[in-house]
Amino acid sequence: MIIREKAIKYGDNVDTDVIIPARYLNTTEDRELASHCFEGLDKDFKEKVNERKIIVAGNNFGCGSSREHAPLSIKASGVKAIIASSFARIFFRNAINIGLPVIASSQASDFIQDGDELEIDLNKGEITDVTRDKIFNINPLPEFIQGIIRSGGYVKFTKENIRK
Amino acid sequence: MSDKNKPQTIAQKILAYHCGRDHVSEGEIVNADVDIVLGNDITMPIAIEEFDKIGTGRVFNKEKVVIVPDHFAPNKDIKSAQQCKFIREFAREQDIKNYFEVGKMGIEHALLPELGLVLPGNLVVGADSHTCTYGALGAASTGVGSTDVAVAMATSRLWFMVPKTIKFIYSGSLKKWITGKDLILYTIGLIGVDGALYRSMEFVGPVIEKLSMDSRFTMSNMAIEAGGKFGIFEVDGTTEEFLKSRSNGNYKIFKSDPDVEYEKIYNINCSNIELQVAAPHLPSNARNARNLSNVTIDQVVIGSCTNGRMEDLRIAAEILNGRKVDGNVRTIIIPATQNIYLEALKKGYIEIFINSGCAVSTPTCGPCLGGHMGVLAEGERAVSTTNRNFVGRMGHPKSEVYLSGPAVAAASAVAGRIATPEEVM
Repeated sequence: MIIREKAIKYGDNVDTDVIIPARYLNTTEDRELASHCFEGLDKDFKEKVNERKIIVAGNNFGCGSSREHAPLSIKASGVKAIIASSFARIFFRNAINIGLPVIASSQASDFIQDGDELEIDLNKGEITDVTRDKIFNINPLPEFIQGIIRSGGYVKFTKENIRK
Repeated sequence: MSDKNKPQTIAQKILAYHCGRDHVSEGEIVNADVDIVLGNDITMPIAIEEFDKIGTGRVFNKEKVVIVPDHFAPNKDIKSAQQCKFIREFAREQDIKNYFEVGKMGIEHALLPELGLVLPGNLVVGADSHTCTYGALGAASTGVGSTDVAVAMATSRLWFMVPKTIKFIYSGSLKKWITGKDLILYTIGLIGVDGALYRSMEFVGPVIEKLSMDSRFTMSNMAIEAGGKFGIFEVDGTTEEFLKSRSNGNYKIFKSDPDVEYEKIYNINCSNIELQVAAPHLPSNARNARNLSNVTIDQVVIGSCTNGRMEDLRIAAEILNGRKVDGNVRTIIIPATQNIYLEALKKGYIEIFINSGCAVSTPTCGPCLGGHMGVLAEGERAVSTTNRNFVGRMGHPKSEVYLSGPAVAAASAVAGRIATPEEVM
């Protein structure tokens, strides 16, 4: 799986309250959730995401609440992947479980600048900063988690394994 | 030494037990059977939609799924009413035994322990990040997402990465008014909001041995605010006393092996810890309350899964008794469960609160997450006994939340600014 998109860069500790404020959690409709995505952090996100579909952030991305609405709103906004120095535990699970690729790499996250064009090759385990001609190797995810991603999410993975 | 005989932490032992093994290794991914699966009115609707896609039809055990409409309940608007209706209908269809309707409902993380639904040694998952609260009972308990809850409801099993453990040893003695909230804010201030990322936090030491159950719940509750997966206390006499009227004693107690290797050990001398306040916009911005006395406030909230228990209300009542809240401050007190409300009523606390000029509400998470019952306007500032002070957490993105324990919250309500009890009593 190859993702080639431009980067939107954010800082450390991007929390679930700024990704999707709780006042919008009275719905499960993902388009509606997407319309409020990053409202608390970046008013221009909705315009940016038309052109740039990889989020690059610092430490502890997605900290705070367990709301799956957070990765759902990001995914429904059209974001193809998130690269961060590190992820908060529950956000990481949630993203994997709904099939949104999340990649922890502090080297890549430190280097990549806002607007850079990136290519992520999940199979080869590489992130390329095309704009500035630099390649980063990604640590492979554990085999079990790769299985969830290959199935397209935890629900599909579970259905396949129940049948077995 | 074979792996089997290697010393293990509580977290390892509970996870191993729930996948039928003697030993699990840190970093390993295991599939384990859970004892309780929890969801609320915000996270359960997505969980039910995903559960339906899996197609098992029935939940794995109707006694072990717990559903609590507490966040936007009593229904705050039509959309919330629809979500509550959706989960209520699911609970009826599935004959869920532990569904708690408004009137019986309490804030989930106060309610489950109060009813004895979580016991030592249990493995618990909940689609709410503060599910780590039950670590106070010697359980391995953690927040997960809605899809996780869907899978756990369908299959009874879930994937877990076995965490490394950081040990926190609290020694010395506590100054007057200091509670678990001050200890945990101080700790998060020390290690940062990702200081225990993916880790199990183990709370031990002479101070912990004397700490009340309510304060222990507060500390476990905020393990997530340091990125923690679990926040675990060893079962002791205090735990057993709490459980005496709530269980038949049929539970398994796990303890970390004395020679186990921790990833890190923090020694914390509590004798110098003062009343803490976490300034905006991170729970790790812990300061001594007395250094913030120039911060004026518009609202105080005393309640939540963090600090809505009897100990919190008792402290608030002691400070508010015979005093009036400042004319510029709206003070909202929310007992976390109906039983806590009733006990506070019998003890005369509710009368004290109302005479002081506080609003007292039925249980709800409401204001903590900017839902209802005390949303902040632009530029407003609150002192709150809740757990998060992120940008926009309690309302307008330009409002501010200062986190504290009940003593600072009650004193600040009287003073109209951040204050310690000594300043108003």
